Amino acid sequence: MAAMAPGGASSSEIYKGNASRLLLPTWVVIGVFLLVPVALMATYSFLTKEFRGGVIWEFSLAAYDQFFLNRGLFGDEPPRIEWTYITIFWRSIWQAGLATLLCLLIGFPTAWFIATREARMRTVWLLIVTVPYWVNLLIRTVSMKFLIRDEGPLNAMLLWSGLIDQPLGLINTNLAVQLGLFYSYLPFMVLPIYAAVERYDFALSEAAADLYAGRWTTLRLVILPVVKPGLIAGCILVFVPSLGAFLAPDLLGGAKSFMIGSLIEEQFKGAAGNWPFGAAAAMILMSIVMVVLLVYARSQTREAKA
Amino acid sequence: MKQLDLRRFPGFFAITLLCVVVLYAPLLVVSVYSFNASTSITNWGGVSLEWYVDVFTGPESPKFQRAAMNSLIIAVLAGLCATLIATSAAVAMHRAGRFKGKTATFALINLPLMVPEVVTAVASLIFFTAIGFSGGVGTILLAHITFCIPFAYLPIAARMQSVPDSYEQAAMDLYATPWEAFRLVLLPLMMPGIFSGFLLAFIISLDDFLITNFVKGAGVETLPTAIFGAVKQGIKPNIMAISTLMLGVSVVFVTLSWLIGRSGQAKT
Repeated sequence: MAAMAPGGASSSEIYKGNASRLLLPTWVVIGVFLLVPVALMATYSFLTKEFRGGVIWEFSLAAYDQFFLNRGLFGDEPPRIEWTYITIFWRSIWQAGLATLLCLLIGFPTAWFIATREARMRTVWLLIVTVPYWVNLLIRTVSMKFLIRDEGPLNAMLLWSGLIDQPLGLINTNLAVQLGLFYSYLPFMVLPIYAAVERYDFALSEAAADLYAGRWTTLRLVILPVVKPGLIAGCILVFVPSLGAFLAPDLLGGAKSFMIGSLIEEQFKGAAGNWPFGAAAAMILMSIVMVVLLVYARSQTREAKA
Repeated sequence: MKQLDLRRFPGFFAITLLCVVVLYAPLLVVSVYSFNASTSITNWGGVSLEWYVDVFTGPESPKFQRAAMNSLIIAVLAGLCATLIATSAAVAMHRAGRFKGKTATFALINLPLMVPEVVTAVASLIFFTAIGFSGGVGTILLAHITFCIPFAYLPIAARMQSVPDSYEQAAMDLYATPWEAFRLVLLPLMMPGIFSGFLLAFIISLDDFLITNFVKGAGVETLPTAIFGAVKQGIKPNIMAISTLMLGVSVVFVTLSWLIGRSGQAKT
């Protein structure tokens, strides 16, 4: 990531003075088709809903009010905190957090193992771990559903072996969603950690060993602090997409594992569509992600200064 | 005295194997079951290519073929446009010295990576509806070009950074115009990066479900949205055959990009 630092890095000035001409397509495309839409979405979250989708151009805080407050069935009771949507967000946050933790626990040893192979074997292992990342996410999620459903091969195998006497009932649970998220984003964790471990200087481990540090002490006190930027990058790359994930909760989960992605989608696709509310929920999701990214960026700058 | 191997940690190999099993088990199981002769997806009825025949000639085949065609056209065009835009941006970011707004531009290029996918999907739907674009291949294409730019940019910029500008300097000392230096010197040196950038953008476009599903409008399908629609009614054997075919395509692409990456490294 350091290599991508803006401004610094390359000081070449061969095409000096052409920057704005060269960047015009980027500015126009991302500006018009991403920045403007996000600004419009922010505006929509403050408008009045039109039944059957769309909005009426009248300022309203109804969407945010509906998200946070419960005013009773007829809207005339004193406002109480509305837990429905906060619960969905909270579930998404801990599901994403848990998926991140799981990916870290499996991803670090894997990345370490791969990075400490000989050069030839390293590329082979790396290829093995990256191939699933290139396979369509929908296909991977459907495959997971096929594998773990009650009549699926996993249950059939466990029943046959006598380990269980009835299907696990895994599908449509939070656990299934967890498994799906973990499976979807595991390669995102392995790659940045691998890059960090590859740069790790083993002289540090030798120094620690000379000073009578055991294997695990070295891991805890020397290796982990050194490769920390890779660990954090991996965690961000898993946490952020997990938080807004749609496919895993939708295909593997049930009503009790509803997550943000499905909540937002429902507002635009379902019969009970409410565009301002969907826009508001998307704004809240984006704010959470931006906070996470800002904290990450600040920690990076602090590290760079230190 | 036996040297303590500092690179080895007990159990790490086992965890790596577990990781590989988790990553591959679902894909392998589906691939195996796609050759199942039975119409039931649960019972094994012997090996057959029946479902592959069904994919190409069965009652649902026109729908999936049209969807596959849409996916392919969109992925190729989105990949090409994103690569073109990203190459031009990479030249500005790495060969045009300092200029005002460079940091902001860098953030802008990476913005599609930072905004959660579902947010981009919602924002695009609202935008296209507001300006009166009805859904279709055109809106899908515009949305795809936008989020493919950073994916194309990453390998291209990485490659450009590893190519010193002395070659272009030399060309210009020999009276090449900046355009000639770019076209005849920099561009050929950049090719491995540009090709990986295109492949990545192509795959990312092909992979996308969520944004496409929001902006596509009624009646237009790409392969992922068509598969999603079918899976909602239950996993059928023909879906497994399609999945296995797509898995095969992905494996071919990774191997291809891996080989290109290796040849690119060998030359530098």
